[in-house]
Amino acid sequence: MNAPLRRVGVVILVLFALLFANLNYRQAYKADDYRNNEHNGRLQVTEYQRSRGKIINAQGEAIAQSVATNDSLKYLRVYPFKEPYAQIVGYKPVNLAATDIERLQNLFLAGEDESQIGDRITAMFTGKQPAGGNVQLTLSKAAQETAWKELNRNRKGSDQGAAVLLDPSTGALLASVSMPSYDPNLLSTHDTNAATAAYAKLEKDPKKPLQNRALGEVYPPGSTFKVIDSAAAETYLGLTGSSVIKGGDNYKLPQSSQVFKNSTGEVCPDQITMKEALTISCNTAFMQLVVEQIGLDRLQTMAKAWGFESRPQFTDDDDNLMGCAVSTTGKITGPDGKVDPPALAQSAIGQRNVAMSPLQGALMAATVANGGKQMQPYVIDSLTAADLNRVGGKTQPKVAREPINAQVASDMQDMMFSVVQSGTGKNAQIDGYEVGGKTGTAENGEAAQEHGWFIGFTMKNGRPLAAVAVFLNQAGRGGSAEAARIGGLIMKAYIDEKGSK
Amino acid sequence: MTAPAAPVPTPANAGAGQSARPRTRRNVELGLLIFAMALTLVYTGVVEANVAGKLTPDFWVPVAMLAAIFFVLHMAIRFLAPYADPVLLPTVALINGLGVLFLRRIDLARAKPAARADYSVFAGDGFRQLGWTLIAVVLAIALLAIVRDHRALSRYAYTLGFAGIVLVLIPAVLPARFSSINGAKLWIKFGSAFSIQPGEFAKIALLVFFAYYLVRKREVLSLASKRVLGIDFPRGRDLGPVLLVWALSLMVLVFEKDLGTSLLYFGMFVVTLYVATERVSWLIIGLLLFFGGAFLAYFLGKSVGGPFLNFSQRADIWLDPFKDPNDKGFQLVQSLLGLGTGGLFGAGPGAGQPTKVPEVRNDFIFAGMGEELGLFGLTALLVFYLLIVERGLRAAIGVRDSFGKLFAGGLSFTLGLQVFVIVGGVSQLIPLTGQTTPFLSAGGSSLIANWILIALLLRISDAGRRPAGSTASVRLGGVKIGSGPDKLQEMPTEVMR
Repeated sequence: MNAPLRRVGVVILVLFALLFANLNYRQAYKADDYRNNEHNGRLQVTEYQRSRGKIINAQGEAIAQSVATNDSLKYLRVYPFKEPYAQIVGYKPVNLAATDIERLQNLFLAGEDESQIGDRITAMFTGKQPAGGNVQLTLSKAAQETAWKELNRNRKGSDQGAAVLLDPSTGALLASVSMPSYDPNLLSTHDTNAATAAYAKLEKDPKKPLQNRALGEVYPPGSTFKVIDSAAAETYLGLTGSSVIKGGDNYKLPQSSQVFKNSTGEVCPDQITMKEALTISCNTAFMQLVVEQIGLDRLQTMAKAWGFESRPQFTDDDDNLMGCAVSTTGKITGPDGKVDPPALAQSAIGQRNVAMSPLQGALMAATVANGGKQMQPYVIDSLTAADLNRVGGKTQPKVAREPINAQVASDMQDMMFSVVQSGTGKNAQIDGYEVGGKTGTAENGEAAQEHGWFIGFTMKNGRPLAAVAVFLNQAGRGGSAEAARIGGLIMKAYIDEKGSK
Repeated sequence: MTAPAAPVPTPANAGAGQSARPRTRRNVELGLLIFAMALTLVYTGVVEANVAGKLTPDFWVPVAMLAAIFFVLHMAIRFLAPYADPVLLPTVALINGLGVLFLRRIDLARAKPAARADYSVFAGDGFRQLGWTLIAVVLAIALLAIVRDHRALSRYAYTLGFAGIVLVLIPAVLPARFSSINGAKLWIKFGSAFSIQPGEFAKIALLVFFAYYLVRKREVLSLASKRVLGIDFPRGRDLGPVLLVWALSLMVLVFEKDLGTSLLYFGMFVVTLYVATERVSWLIIGLLLFFGGAFLAYFLGKSVGGPFLNFSQRADIWLDPFKDPNDKGFQLVQSLLGLGTGGLFGAGPGAGQPTKVPEVRNDFIFAGMGEELGLFGLTALLVFYLLIVERGLRAAIGVRDSFGKLFAGGLSFTLGLQVFVIVGGVSQLIPLTGQTTPFLSAGGSSLIANWILIALLLRISDAGRRPAGSTASVRLGGVKIGSGPDKLQEMPTEVMR
């Protein structure tokens, strides 16, 4: 019996060799796959061994930071300001992926970026876990907080809205607020059940507090779209603000029985300068201008030149992690593929299928203020190491597009100053500064109240200071005036903050 | 009958052979045991430093208790089985010790961080397992004391065989709420506090019967045969017993929903059959029957469902665990991720996160340890197991009687096969089944049964290495039982091949 016993020994040896070979496959060949597998909860524990870097506003305050805990996850991500910054900064939950800036700079914040390899090697010798890097934002404390505060106490009782403030000459994002918002601390808690419940509740909320209305949603822009009409008229037809165009109380479409009227109570003379038409926001004038003189193709070409039909892209955000939405003029042709004149007339005043994000509105105002050069938006000023020394350079401003030349831009500035001086945008005035802008009241279905819009900018001595867009969802009549008031306050808050420095 | 049977012991021989006596090698055993305990001490020290953040003043206490238990066993072996294999005890002690300390490490991880440093050495699963170790070792000593000659067991072969079958079938017959844990009906549950796994004991009882039965039947099973394709196949009517055991193991597969146990019993039987008859044909028949049965069960599970469903589900998980990583495949996926995270060197004792692996104290303890010890640590563990199995087979080769050979060979192979089934299961080599990892997994049944298995191997290795003149183990309660059953004594003790 000894021979088979020896063979049994060999069988066992073979079985163990199989185990050994398989363990080699699992623990050596597949090790990296398994280690970085999305179902591997160890990653997050390792991640939380390190103090994740801060996200800092322009005034040096931490909007997101990590505090030490006694948990197995050693650091808790906290957001001291809660709601105002939530949609733009995002949050870093334990179980799910981070969002917005927390996601965009996830590796750097976590200390795992390629540029931080030196820190990690040092850590291997010192045994101390290095803290992640800090992200310095361009956001202005005063503008961000004013925008949040004023949106929430708007006088039209609108419970949803957004505001965006840009530096026209650089494209730096100075404020970006979406209302309603949420407390990101509820989602970053280490109690993952509570976080999941909080997320489910936010997601079910009919007001959709998780949506970033400033960047990620588009709405009919209403009369703010007349900025595009004016730019097309000046560029293609050679008109200026003082050119006289046709106006009137009614506009009857050629070869059609359809008649468009101006808003009730608005007096629009039959002959009116383009500047005056913009100032009082005369619908019939811009409809006639677009339908009879500019035409569909040129309107759409001009809209594209301003950034419509393409996604606004923040610097270094190739994958649109900031979640920017595409503004569009929509379909203006009929079923036969030819121009649909009523649709074109409505599109001329930012209705029908035209949709614009507040960010796009602010970019348009900024373009006018910046002499026709639209800067690429950015929100990250610079990256700093844990010791606050800067890593790499500051973000360099870049021209994204140039839809109008400096001369047209200058004339349009003049027209938009007039809107705030004596027209629909009076509420946006700021003492001692030149403010230009355009209001918009956008119909929004039969039953619903109109949206209120304001896009505008401030200048001093010919230099652009800030450009704003304010959106009030279903604010009703007078919503655009309220939006203009809030826009003025946000710009003033930023100017005051800057001046006091 | 040509080989010289076990030489008749004579007192004169014993006296004269004093100088030529083989060394007992008990001091080697003691030295290896001290080395094993030193390894476990280092292990638990590193664990405490990593998990609790500092080395507590009493971190050595569990190791000291383990060492005391194993030292008592060592002393017992000096008196009860002085010629036993010196490697078995230290190797098993090392694995058992690492198991206890790993369970304590899990206890620490589950405690609140602030309380870890002060976590009592007399609490948690670690201490519970230490208690089971004590009971298991006491029973092993008792077995060594009572069974002075392994051949005595063959007198109870039918009783033990019957008991084995009953033990196997109890969980299958019991309603699921008394016998089912995680889908496998392998248990007898006494409330929620306590449950035993009768199959662990059944395998030893069944082996006694197999060994006895096959020693008696080996002539007819090995000689009467037909030759097909150069391989000797047995006659149809001689296939009866093997078909019976095959049916039994398939019943286990279907009604206890456990491929591992089924594979274990069947493999155990086929291998003892092969060793007894030296006919490779039995291995071929056995493998064909088993894989045929498993495939049949798989396709029946796919088409009919019912009692076969569990097996086909497990097979599907094995084929692609990442298909349903959060539900069905969860356990295996987490096990693989743990192994992968460990990589070559592991996170280090206490530095990983084995609590991420479900059932890490039972079925998945090997994966949990793999995360911290890495491929190198697991390879060492495998080598320790291999050492135990090969030493057991050596005892089988060394012992003179056929029953002892078959019994020791079967015990060793079963142990090795069980390690293969569970380690292969958690590392996705074969479909995962609810086996315990010998000496590592939390739980008394497995630990006691496997220590009894080790005690039997010690007993048989002692018999094999004992000089012919020694009379150390021919008495039991004053009655001479060395002769064993009549039939056995007449058997040839060695096959001349």
